[in-house]
Amino acid sequence: MNFNLKSYMQRVEYVEVKERGKMKAQGKAIKYGDNVDTDVIIPARYLNTSDPNELAKHCMEDIDTEFVSKVQKGDIMVAGKNFGCGSSREHAPIAIKASGISCVIAETFARIFYRNAINIGLPIIECPEAAKDISDGDIVSIDFDTGKIVNVTKNKEYTGVPFPEFMQEIIASDGLIGYIKKQIGNKEA
Amino acid sequence: MGMTMTQKILADHAGLDKVSPGQLIKAKLDMVLGNDITTPVAVKEFRKIGVNKVFDVNKIAIVPDHFTPNKDIKSAEQVKFIREFAREMGIVNFFEVGQMGVEHALLPEKGLVVPGDVVIGADSHTCTYGALGAFSTGIGSTDMAAGMATGEAWFKVPEAMKFVLKGKPGKWVSGKDIILHIIGMIGVDGALYRSMEFTGDGVAHLSMDDRFAMANMAIEAGAKNGIFEVDEKTIEYVKEHSTRQYKVYKADEDAEYVATYEIDLSQVKPTVAFPHLPSNTRTIDNVGNIKIDQVVIGSCTNGRIEDLRVAAEVLKGRKVHKDVRCIIIPATQKIWKQAMNEGLFDIFIDAGAAVSTPTCGPCLGGHMGILAKGERAVATTNRNFVGRMGHPESEIYLASPAVAAASAVLGRIGSPDEL
Repeated sequence: MNFNLKSYMQRVEYVEVKERGKMKAQGKAIKYGDNVDTDVIIPARYLNTSDPNELAKHCMEDIDTEFVSKVQKGDIMVAGKNFGCGSSREHAPIAIKASGISCVIAETFARIFYRNAINIGLPIIECPEAAKDISDGDIVSIDFDTGKIVNVTKNKEYTGVPFPEFMQEIIASDGLIGYIKKQIGNKEA
Repeated sequence: MGMTMTQKILADHAGLDKVSPGQLIKAKLDMVLGNDITTPVAVKEFRKIGVNKVFDVNKIAIVPDHFTPNKDIKSAEQVKFIREFAREMGIVNFFEVGQMGVEHALLPEKGLVVPGDVVIGADSHTCTYGALGAFSTGIGSTDMAAGMATGEAWFKVPEAMKFVLKGKPGKWVSGKDIILHIIGMIGVDGALYRSMEFTGDGVAHLSMDDRFAMANMAIEAGAKNGIFEVDEKTIEYVKEHSTRQYKVYKADEDAEYVATYEIDLSQVKPTVAFPHLPSNTRTIDNVGNIKIDQVVIGSCTNGRIEDLRVAAEVLKGRKVHKDVRCIIIPATQKIWKQAMNEGLFDIFIDAGAAVSTPTCGPCLGGHMGILAKGERAVATTNRNFVGRMGHPESEIYLASPAVAAASAVLGRIGSPDEL
């Protein structure tokens, strides 16, 4: 399985680079339930700005007032079904990314959130097994080269659903804007 | 194997004879939409691409509707930023306060979407235009930026679910009740990544406003799009509003559906979605005694003229309950004027309701009717998530305009039949 997440991850500054270029993230799991909607990820009352750091200050506050104070760089958000449902606001993945979360693992993602996360470079992995099994506070490490998720606390391993090839191209181009730039460049050349 | 309506539209716009579910395609866009919240981010991303013009100045619509008329300085700055972008690019369809409306009521009314179109919008309720037999779907700001630059977007061809509507809905049962009934049945992720295709002889009994309300809430079942078969009513609507060329797509006889549901509209009852999910539905006879503080009638789901007429029919000669604030928001300037000319405002104001200029306002907890801690609202909007209309400990009950208006009078959730 090829996740081809390397260049995708290079934009995530806090991901540890180990063993000559191996991209990994490790952090504490912060767990939520099903149907986490974009209104609770970032309430609309804060959408009069698109500044990532401003948005991060209010991330998750309507379902978890502690989140902003407890989240540490590299932590991993874990959730159930239909994560990111609701509004198309790209501010939601932007807020999560700016809060320091290195990856979101969920059973399933709502489709607009899925697109937006890839487009802006918030790593996401669909993995029902991991999403169900990981408990809040577990130490989890993710190998973005193989898609392997390791639950260090429980000593268990899970494998996520890989991205389709086309999406890997977007990821390899550093997101949608990079991909479009490449396309336009090719046309002109 | 044949294709569904959605698959045919996508195939045509991708220049392909045939597409299959799961296939990734690049499709040409007939319209790219954004609002005052999503467009600022899109403009920043657009600048990074390094092109100095948009793909077509006529095929982009920017509608500042969420926090407008500007609710605070930051909102004003955001609108100013996108207004300047629209001017610089020469974007024709930038709708200023005074001409604007809630985007998904406005675009069809302005004739900017016709059957057979492919539309993306940086607003999740862009799926509304499926009522016209168009493929339309919500995307984020970066996709909007890419769409404005290239006139194309990538899509995964969706699988489809078929909803065969039969029979005629009863008095006080609207498109809103039908779609809440369906979401209650299949869940908020029941149509995840799929298209919801509405067909059957029952469609003929649904007005365009009913269909807009239904397609609008396809996203609340997780769908990529909702789409109605085009009939005489659709054509009549399109001819009345647009001079653009349209194309009618019909699903093949042997099109594949992952699920088919038959819904007898005569059996659907007025339906209310309880907090905090649109799928948490109960029929009106099972709501119990829920006292309320506010009623909102408006939004891209139910702020159209028929919605206001139904509300007026219920409120006529009656008074809003002393413990309730009733806020009515016609979705566009045109609807506002029509409601005024039909005398609906006299009815609303005599009943003790407030009438607002068009805005998304309270639907997303922006302004014009925010809820305090512990308050409850009945709203004709589309989402009842935690904190959506204000304080995280407030509650939203989604309902039709008829039920919302009746509830305003009763001071609790109830049906017009109880008045």
